[in-house]
Amino acid sequence: MSILEVNNLTIRFYTRNGVTTAVDDISFSVEEGETLAIVGESGSGKSVSCYSLLGLIPQPPGRIDGGTALFNGKDLLQCTDSEMRAIRGNEIAFIFQDPMTSLNPFLTIGEQLLEPLIYHRQYTRQAARLRVYEVLEEVGIKDPIKRFDCYPHEFSGGMRQRVMIAMALIVEPKLLIADEPTTALDVTIQAQILDLIKNLQKKYAISVIFISHDLGVVAGIADRVLVMYQGKIVEQGLADDIFHDTQHDYTKRLLASIPDGPKLRPAPEVEKPFLQVDHLKTYFQDSSVSIIKRLLSPSSANNDNQFIKAVDDVSINVNRGEIVGLVGESGSGKSTLGRSILQLVPVTEGKVEFDGVDLIGLNPSLMKKQRRRMQMIFQDPYASLNPRMTVFDTLAEPLLYHGLATKKDVSEKLYTLMDEVGLARSHIRKYPHEFSGGQRQRIAIGRAIATKPELIIADEPVSALDVTIQAQILELILELVDAHDLTMLFISHDLSVVRYISDRVIVMHHGKIVEAGKTEPLYAAPQHDYTRSLLAAIPVADPRREQLSS
Amino acid sequence: MTSAKEFDDEQGVSLWQDAWVRLQHNRLALLGMGVLIFMIVIALITPWIVPYSYEEQDLMLGAAPPSMAHWLGTDVLGRDMLTRVMYGGRVSLMVGFIATGVALLIGVVYGAVAGYVGGRVDAAMMRLVDILYALPFMIFIILLMVLFGRNMLLLFLAIGAVEWLTMARIVRGQVLSLRQQEFVEAAISIGLSPWTIIRRHIIPNTLGPVIVYTTLTIPSVMLLEAFLSFLGLGIQPPQSSWGLLISYGVETMEEYPWLLIYPGLTLSIALFALNFLGDGLRDALDPKASKD
Amino acid sequence: MLRFILSRLLQAVPVLLVVITVTFFLIHSVPGGPFSADRAVAPAVMKALNAQYKLDLPVWQQYTSYVGDLLTGDLGPSFKYPGRSVNEMIYAGLPNTVELGFYAMLVAVCIGVVAGVIAALKPNTKQDYIPMSLAMIGICMPSFLLGPLLVLVCGIWMDWLPVSGWGDIPGDKILPALTLGSAYAAYIARLSRGGMLEVMSQDYIRTARAKGLSEWVVVLKHGLRGGLIPVTAFLGPAFAGLLSGSFVVETIFQIPGLGRFYVQAAFNRDYTMIMGTTIFFSTAIIFFNLFSDVLATWLDPKLRQQFQGGK
Repeated sequence: MSILEVNNLTIRFYTRNGVTTAVDDISFSVEEGETLAIVGESGSGKSVSCYSLLGLIPQPPGRIDGGTALFNGKDLLQCTDSEMRAIRGNEIAFIFQDPMTSLNPFLTIGEQLLEPLIYHRQYTRQAARLRVYEVLEEVGIKDPIKRFDCYPHEFSGGMRQRVMIAMALIVEPKLLIADEPTTALDVTIQAQILDLIKNLQKKYAISVIFISHDLGVVAGIADRVLVMYQGKIVEQGLADDIFHDTQHDYTKRLLASIPDGPKLRPAPEVEKPFLQVDHLKTYFQDSSVSIIKRLLSPSSANNDNQFIKAVDDVSINVNRGEIVGLVGESGSGKSTLGRSILQLVPVTEGKVEFDGVDLIGLNPSLMKKQRRRMQMIFQDPYASLNPRMTVFDTLAEPLLYHGLATKKDVSEKLYTLMDEVGLARSHIRKYPHEFSGGQRQRIAIGRAIATKPELIIADEPVSALDVTIQAQILELILELVDAHDLTMLFISHDLSVVRYISDRVIVMHHGKIVEAGKTEPLYAAPQHDYTRSLLAAIPVADPRREQLSS
Repeated sequence: MTSAKEFDDEQGVSLWQDAWVRLQHNRLALLGMGVLIFMIVIALITPWIVPYSYEEQDLMLGAAPPSMAHWLGTDVLGRDMLTRVMYGGRVSLMVGFIATGVALLIGVVYGAVAGYVGGRVDAAMMRLVDILYALPFMIFIILLMVLFGRNMLLLFLAIGAVEWLTMARIVRGQVLSLRQQEFVEAAISIGLSPWTIIRRHIIPNTLGPVIVYTTLTIPSVMLLEAFLSFLGLGIQPPQSSWGLLISYGVETMEEYPWLLIYPGLTLSIALFALNFLGDGLRDALDPKASKD
Repeated sequence: MLRFILSRLLQAVPVLLVVITVTFFLIHSVPGGPFSADRAVAPAVMKALNAQYKLDLPVWQQYTSYVGDLLTGDLGPSFKYPGRSVNEMIYAGLPNTVELGFYAMLVAVCIGVVAGVIAALKPNTKQDYIPMSLAMIGICMPSFLLGPLLVLVCGIWMDWLPVSGWGDIPGDKILPALTLGSAYAAYIARLSRGGMLEVMSQDYIRTARAKGLSEWVVVLKHGLRGGLIPVTAFLGPAFAGLLSGSFVVETIFQIPGLGRFYVQAAFNRDYTMIMGTTIFFSTAIIFFNLFSDVLATWLDPKLRQQFQGGK
């Protein structure tokens, strides 16, 4: 029995710059009690198609140019405003991606949870409150009576998402649409939330549409899968078929892009320490602590209350020619460690020895020489390039500044550089905003290798990219490491990516190193509890293995 | 930094060009810009194009309504209003631009230093701004003007002293957020000196809000000058500004309304033009609206 | 919250002290005493006057004696009008200015917020352009222009409303309040439009809609709280502006209020009157700024908790 039947849905956006077809004649259905996953990269139309079902896309400039969406016999696309409002949050509920911004910061969560009950089920406030306490318990929020009067900012990301789930399920809808609900969460929290959704779905017999770009997550949760690419459905079918009997090229490409398994290239045989970090501490002032408190307490580094210990007594070694993966969830301190090594943030205590030279406290002119030899690739391809400089300017800057090229020969050098990172030479005069995310990252990589450095610290270089682009950039990085004999510290929260690229792995948690060792042995037999839970939480892009572990 | 075109390189579209295109779609802003340019040109060439001389009086005529000889009429002493309005415009616009320039200079330097250095220095500098903000500046200015006479220089300084605070805040906010941007971190990791970073990376990205705010400060300053002149505390005769002309007009507005209406209208039009232009610039330069 | 208020009050004291000191020394640094501008006075009379007003004492002593008097609430005798004290004159003019300011603020906030919210709901349509164009007029036509024009049109040509006095004829409060409040209504309209536009594009508004709530509830319950924050931040400067605007409006409409007294005192070099009104205005501005800060903090739950006892 289909609860939702979408036929020939077409949605276009009409802007001053032209018309884009976001969704192109798609048809699919959702059966009662099943979980349908819609998979695609950015621009595939997966979110727009679902938002349009509830009338949530801005209608200028968007326009539904055709199709029907039958929900329990009624066409959602033809509903009047009041009919639609009766369905939203009542029969069809939505969970959004970013729990930080999707809850109203000015109202208590209790108030926000009461609303669906009061407006759709005409509960009195007292009766609604009791039901809210029940639901909060169900989604795993302890002490619901006290938490009722708390504001969203008092909850962590995972807890906020639980609140969103509670808000969606409190009126027991027939269909739940979840738009990337776990993408903004740490991997261990992600696993918990996915379990929660699965359990609640079984308990309340809800149908679920689960939108995601992460095939691993999808493998664990979906009955049927729909793959979208550039507004069209390229493949749909049972989960097992999609993963094991893939038909369409794009789906095959998508599956092939997921890093799976160990690194293919051998590690360097000779171990020569190149970067040595000794008892590094990077503490920040906790700005939420009042000025009075700060003034009254002594300023030694041991005073716990007023410091955020981002990097707490860390010692690591990186040998020449190897790629060391630095893994951790958000708040683990891995990014701060990378920045501390490059002296981009002030270090509180400790030693950073780069090829025998202690970088801390080095005088500026000597530091400038060292900086040539170590570079960073940043996470956000949009923010890491100066929007007012052309590609030429950005790439030439380090070369000209360090005297590695003159104004006459810099063009030639830049063209070679662009070839190396896979950019078309003719684009050299363009500005960052004229490129895609993946191309911008190539520019950033080009800038990083321009001065022919020996050490590169890559801070989540592929995390902001679509999975197929991710694969390309990872290949590029591996090629460049080979070609230029680079040493690399690869920081990431994505364990599969780290496994694919690193010779050794270091695991960080709350500013400290929890475990370290060669990649394969560590993944096969983790010693520390935290590492174990981290590895167990990784979703695997294979429904057979995923369903087993749940 | 960019060398000559080679190998048929495609020309990129910079954010400035992007903004210019967007500005052109905003008809009100273009109108404002046109009016402003017109007024500035007139103000510059006034001495050569006025129909009558500034002091020329025609006591026999007295205050006369607009006519072919006097397009905007004459005042109580028979002086041509068109001439007076044009000369008044010179003063009003000059005060507007110069005082804004003063505020700009102080505000930008102060804000940039506070934003870039950050930490305790920034906190202290901003605390000072907060305290100054709380002071009733208007009252001080009036006092200054009354007590020390109506000195043009003092006027500029006094007005500039009020306006630099907000400029400092805006610049500091921009610089602070820019400093945390990754491309600035990248510049640091390349090894660029702080001055180079400020010059090539921070200032070009701060220009946007500074331009917008400057365009919106000018009308604010002109209003302030007009206000002071109206109270008799700003420009003093024999010079005149639009504010002063308006105050004369108010005195005789029942009998000779044109003495109030024309200077008032010109002042309002100038303010409209500047505000529309400022709004248009803000919309055009807004990074959120740019292609992503 | 109490701690926040107390700490802000404490911070206000040095500011006030600075204001008093600066004003005092400014006035006394002007060449020539308060009586030198008048017709020539016989030296003996001059000496007597100086003694009476303590002008023969060294400046520092005058200062400390003045501050001492201040603490007891005595603002001293008026220089210009012998026999009348500054306190007396302030009390005479204060109620009118307060009433004018109140009505003007009411006009500004009510018209401004409503106009801004309406405009933000349908951006770039007539519903947006019309209120915002009217707002632009409010900004570009200063009170000393708008006032006289209104007087001309509504009072003299059309004879609809009275144009002078305060409280004498019914309806004579309308024009002054409108004149003073319109510029601020315009600023508040723009601020609330901007704030609402920003809020309405937030994710949590989409969530509210996805829950099936009516558009009224979405805008008023979910949108307003965040959308009006820029307005509350503006209230302090608006108050200061209204105060200085009152100088002009009271002059144009012949209202016997504190603003008009202040301007006259400034021209007459009535030292004590200037000091007294300056201090009075400054204190009022500082308190109002505190009020608007407290309001803004109270509206934002994150800030509210930061000040309610730390994290």
